[in-house]
Order: sequence, then C-alpha cells, then structure tokens
Amino acid sequence: MYLVLFIFFGCLCVAGALNLLFQRHPINSALSLIVVMSSLAVLYLLLGAEFLAAAQVIVYAGAIMVLFTFVIMLLNAGTEERTSGSAAAYIVGIPGVGVLVSLLAFIFLSARSHLATARLGDYVVSTSDLSKVLFRNLLLPFEVTSVLILIAILGAVALASKEH
Amino acid sequence: MAVPIAYYLVLSAILFSIGVGAFLIKRNIITVFMSIELMLNAVNLTFVAFAYQWHRLQGQIFVFFVMVVAAAEAAVGLAIIIAIFRSRSTLNVDQVNLMKL
Repeated sequence: MYLVLFIFFGCLCVAGALNLLFQRHPINSALSLIVVMSSLAVLYLLLGAEFLAAAQVIVYAGAIMVLFTFVIMLLNAGTEERTSGSAAAYIVGIPGVGVLVSLLAFIFLSARSHLATARLGDYVVSTSDLSKVLFRNLLLPFEVTSVLILIAILGAVALASKEH
Repeated sequence: MAVPIAYYLVLSAILFSIGVGAFLIKRNIITVFMSIELMLNAVNLTFVAFAYQWHRLQGQIFVFFVMVVAAAEAAVGLAIIIAIFRSRSTLNVDQVNLMKL
C-alpha cells in the first residue's frame, strides 16, 4: 500500500514537472507546478512530516502559486515565443542534465544498502516536537527570517510601484 | 511494503534535473522563475528524506526556512518581473539583456 502510494504520487510529481517543461503557455505551467507541489505534500506525509505537508499546501501550493497566477494574469502573458535561445544551453545543458540525473541516481542507488527504508507511521514528527526545536534552539534564525520577510515586502512594494 | 529512502532521493534528483532543464530551455521569464521553485521543492524533498533517515528534526526545520525564503524570493522576483514588463513590455528572456531598466 505504502509503495503504491509512493509510486502513484511520485509519478504524478514527475508528470507535472514534465508538463511544466513542455507546455508553451505560462498558466498551464503554473497549474502543473501546483500538481507537483500538492503531490510533494503527500510524499512529506508518507515521510512523517505532518507540519511540513500542511505548510507545503498552504505556503507553496496556496500563497506562492496564487502570486504566480496573479502575475501571469496581470501581465496577460501569452504563449511563449519560439526563439532560438542560447546554443550553449542546448549543446551543453541538455546532455549535462542527463549526466546529472544519471550520476545522482547511480550514487543514491549504490548507497541503497546503507540507507533506511520508510514505513508509514514509523517516525512521525508532530508539530510540538518541531516547535520545541524551532523556538528553543533556533529562535534567533526564526526572528531573523521575520525581518527578512519584512524587507522582502518593502522591496516588492518599492519595485512594483510606478515610478514618477 | 517499505520504500527505500534511496527512491525518494532518486525522485528528487529527477525533479531537480527537470527543473534545471526547464531553466535552460524555457524562454518566458515567469516559467524560468517557476523552474527555480521546482528545484527548491526537489531539494526540500531531499531534506525531508534525510531527516527521516537520521531521525533528526533539523532537516525539517531547514525545509521550513527554505519555504520562508522561497516566499520572500517569489514576492521580490515577481515584483522585478512586473518592473521589467513595464519598461520593456516583453517577458522573453532573450530580449532582457541589459541590467539597466
């Protein structure tokens, strides 16, 4: 059952990512990215990360992707133009990506015997466990990120406002 | 049936590579930005998988911080895209070849 869930949502992830790559219209790419993020949330649940699964749906599939679709509609982005692009990206980039994925897959699969196997409910991190670490040991980084978000909001408003 | 952690790592490697490929091939600046988000998600899956492997919470905390930074990055990046579109009225990355707005 666990393996079936993993294979189903893993395939959904890869299919969504490939759809992002092959669609010409940005709104289709954005919607397929939402599929990828929602199925990643299910994979987080399978790995026992409850809080992160909820945060993935709320923050990524919710807030960030709404921002993306909002900008696509605001700018009325049409179908992508087919320009030649950079030759180096096609000559070096595509084989490089193939080499990267095969190298990483080889390393991970050869180290398979040293890695554990995941079962549903074996290791569940509850929100209280997570918050104990976050608010005791890592309180300063947490506060610094709130400053970062404040600066990001100010920067976004300053950049997007009309110049006079 | 238990699933080896290695399968999760391979899945995240595949997602990351698709993100890199989309970053190189796509010509629309918004789609390029979305492929960066895809790469961030792939790395997050690696963090969660290794947090499961070593039974450590720090990996999941790191994913939390990556999400926060990604949200800030998306807000600023999309504001920059709006500014670029306002000054050039194009979203094609090939036509955005000057740093000056």
